Amino acid sequence: MILADLVLTSSYYLVLSAIMFAIGAVGLLVRRNPLVMFMCVELMLNAVNVTFVAFGADLNDVGGQISVFFVLVVAAVEVVVGLALVVAINRRLPDATADDVSLLRG
Amino acid sequence: MMVAQLLPAVERPELIWEGLLPVLLLGGGALLLVLFRSLVRALPESVAGQVAPAMGALSVLGMVLAGGFSGTDIPLGSVVDDLGWVTYLIGLLVVMAVVAWGVARLGLGLDATLTAGLALAAFSAVWRLWNDRLEIDGPMNIVGDQLGLDGFSLVFTGLIALAVVLVALLLDGYLRREGIDGVEMYVLMLLSATGGVVMASANDLIVLFLALETLSIAVYVMAAMHLRRGESQEAGLKYFLLGAFASAFLLYGIALTYGATGSTNLIAIRGFLDSTTLVDNGLLMGGFAMLLVGFGFKVGAAPFHAWTPDVYQGAPTPVTAFMASVVKAAAFAALIRVFVVTFGAYGSDWQPAVAVLALLTLLVGSLLAIVQRDAKRMLAFSSLGHAGFMLVGVQAASDEGVAAVVFYAVAYSMMAIGSFAVLTVVSGVGDRRTGLDDLDGLAQRRPALALAFTIFLLAQAGVPLTAGFVAKFEVIGASVSAGSYWLAIAAMVTAVISAFLYLRIVLSMYLGQADEDADEIRVPGAVALVIGVALVVTVGFGLVPGELDTITREAVPRLVSLGSAVTLGS
Repeated sequence: MILADLVLTSSYYLVLSAIMFAIGAVGLLVRRNPLVMFMCVELMLNAVNVTFVAFGADLNDVGGQISVFFVLVVAAVEVVVGLALVVAINRRLPDATADDVSLLRG
Repeated sequence: MMVAQLLPAVERPELIWEGLLPVLLLGGGALLLVLFRSLVRALPESVAGQVAPAMGALSVLGMVLAGGFSGTDIPLGSVVDDLGWVTYLIGLLVVMAVVAWGVARLGLGLDATLTAGLALAAFSAVWRLWNDRLEIDGPMNIVGDQLGLDGFSLVFTGLIALAVVLVALLLDGYLRREGIDGVEMYVLMLLSATGGVVMASANDLIVLFLALETLSIAVYVMAAMHLRRGESQEAGLKYFLLGAFASAFLLYGIALTYGATGSTNLIAIRGFLDSTTLVDNGLLMGGFAMLLVGFGFKVGAAPFHAWTPDVYQGAPTPVTAFMASVVKAAAFAALIRVFVVTFGAYGSDWQPAVAVLALLTLLVGSLLAIVQRDAKRMLAFSSLGHAGFMLVGVQAASDEGVAAVVFYAVAYSMMAIGSFAVLTVVSGVGDRRTGLDDLDGLAQRRPALALAFTIFLLAQAGVPLTAGFVAKFEVIGASVSAGSYWLAIAAMVTAVISAFLYLRIVLSMYLGQADEDADEIRVPGAVALVIGVALVVTVGFGLVPGELDTITREAVPRLVSLGSAVTLGS
């Protein structure tokens, strides 16, 4: 069995999190729906969480896992503020995308 | 019971409450303010007029208590001995009466008075800490090894507190003019300032990240606070999306640095990097790059500056003043503590990257500012140019460079608050008249306002006898001492280019024709006070830079390791 020989070292998790981070970053740049853009930010933050846990396990240090809790709290706070902003804008402009909100140009 | 026996005893970190005083005053004050306002929505008619002056008088008392001016501590201790208690108390009462009269005269609202009072108390706490703690005990840790107290953090704390006072005075008239009710703006500003203070003293990357988010999330909301202006909400959304994007990069940088060094604590990281030679430092370099991207966004460095013009233009003008002063200063404080101090041993790896950022920022800031048609947008690009100058000081990575950046941050904050204060009153209801054309002929309509704006613009251009000149001179001097000659030359060239832009505005204010049917410009007393203070600082430190120079040279960031007297300097 090939799978049985596969030893999961932390580098697999690091590569996974790097890919997740990249997907989030690219998604934020190419998508135009503010909600999807928030989700991309969440993906990026969770990718970092995976990195923290992987390093924490690698270094045998609990600090990495503790950091995840702080990041989770920050992510939750960001969602609250972000959704409030989207709601405020949608009241004025229903079905707005990030391109419609463009009074400021120069 | 069982769990308690299984777990080892938790060791409590050593706390120095006095050192936390500025944070407690700003953050705790914000929470008390919002609690008070949610309980008492409107004051009874009979006392409404007297409460704000009374609070002004009380905040003098708060300053005295926080600053330790009561006689046992050093700053004014000898005053009590010289005058005797009776004269001292009478003098205190006179000052309180004068402040109460001033608040009544300016017609300040209760929220603005309380906010300014809290920030002033934090400012005098900084004064006390500087004289009683720093000068005697030297740099120290105030919460375990997570928060440090040194000259660097104290100067930035003082700067942030002063900026909060000035912006609170600006907001008072602005919120009333725009018909925005509620205490939220002041509370958010105090919370954001708390984040900035913690950011300037954080000794741990996770604490730094939390402080940065406290600072930023409050400002996202402040930018979007003007619910009837579409531009304001657009600014809030754009700032939020790009800010969250930048935070994610910063956080990834923190995670990679943690993986490479085994700790998120700056003291431990510094110790590790000084004592270990990494065979494969790919992770660490990745961490540096990600951290630089994150900080680059926050300080508004090119090529990560895309949000700056839109957000500066769209946000309510006093909030823009807050962003240009507090947010920028706090971001530079964190950048210096992480890169110059902690990663100092790897200077040859990150200095070239910062040099490229500085060069790009200087070029974008000066060249794109010229083609702008809107005053706030133009000042946003000019703030890019100033960020470029500060990056030149960071790139030098020396004590001299750090002192120059601290001086620059103080000088630029005051110039920016002054400039945006002028724009706040010129732009009129709804921030509609912010075009550069609207400044034409300002000298005929409001000569004093035009003169003040001229001085702020000349200071930003770096004309001698202003603080702007001294700041630019010191940054370029530090860059030359560090051997970055081409960067110093680029800084000087871009300073000349942007001088052209500032002079053009000055000319149009004096020679242009005023729009006949423009609304009359009303300058509330509080705004006049803000402009006056900013002018005094800008010109004062230009004529007599020695005092601030001495302070900034003592404001060198230090990392103090726990339980030993060893100081890891930069």
